[in-house]
Amino acid sequence: MVDALFLGFAVLTIVSAIAALEMRSLIYGSIALMGTLGGIAGFFILLDSPFVALFQIAVYVGSIAVLILFTVMLVKRELIFKMKEDRKRRYAGIGLMLIMMVALGSLLFSSGLPSITTDEPPVDYKEIGKDFLTYYWPALIVMGLVLAGSITGAIALARRVDGVEDEQRTD
Amino acid sequence: MSNELIDFLIVSIALLAIGIYGVSVKRNFIRMLFAIEIIINAANLNLVAFARFIPNSEGQTLALFSIAVAAAEVAVGLALIIVAYRMYKNIDVADFRSLKG
Repeated sequence: MVDALFLGFAVLTIVSAIAALEMRSLIYGSIALMGTLGGIAGFFILLDSPFVALFQIAVYVGSIAVLILFTVMLVKRELIFKMKEDRKRRYAGIGLMLIMMVALGSLLFSSGLPSITTDEPPVDYKEIGKDFLTYYWPALIVMGLVLAGSITGAIALARRVDGVEDEQRTD
Repeated sequence: MSNELIDFLIVSIALLAIGIYGVSVKRNFIRMLFAIEIIINAANLNLVAFARFIPNSEGQTLALFSIAVAAAEVAVGLALIIVAYRMYKNIDVADFRSLKG
């Protein structure tokens, strides 16, 4: 049975995902994306995974969405509202989306998954901490290095060299 | 728990399909990044849903790693957008042609 909370989160997530892609203004689009990410955090809470939900809110809704918002604000005003797309390509995209939904949905319903429910107690978040520090510790260290490297790379990429005129291409 | 596994999987499939639509149709670099984020979130939802119904803690651990990698990816992606915007004064991917053979 689907409860009202689940339905609310589902509507929020899917409607705001469509709005994020289809809204004319990129700023409203990124705010709608925040709705999608928050809705997913809600699903995580429904799935008894409060730790992942917390992480989702802190990383996605808190930092990534704000980062995207600031990047959008660095872009010229007319580019924020510009929506240039091929009509044929759009219909092909919608077709691809529907085919994907129908194919994966029918695959899902023909599998044994619809009958799965659970009465077992949720996994304790202490388990996750233990996993991180015992079995997955090399991965955790590599993750830290990857994050540090990517942030350094991002800063190095976006750095503006003072005194040098921006290169502008006309082609 | 009143919800079944299939409910979460249906939402996940819907998000995946919307994300693929966005990646294939949109030509705006930032909107393509939105679509990629939506796809990554669909995958995370799948991981956590299966982890809850099996049940084990590995799915949640993997979802946490995935969120961290996605954060790194977005940081680099946005830096690339800034660089590309500075070079071409545009964020339309069709205009980024210097790598075209």
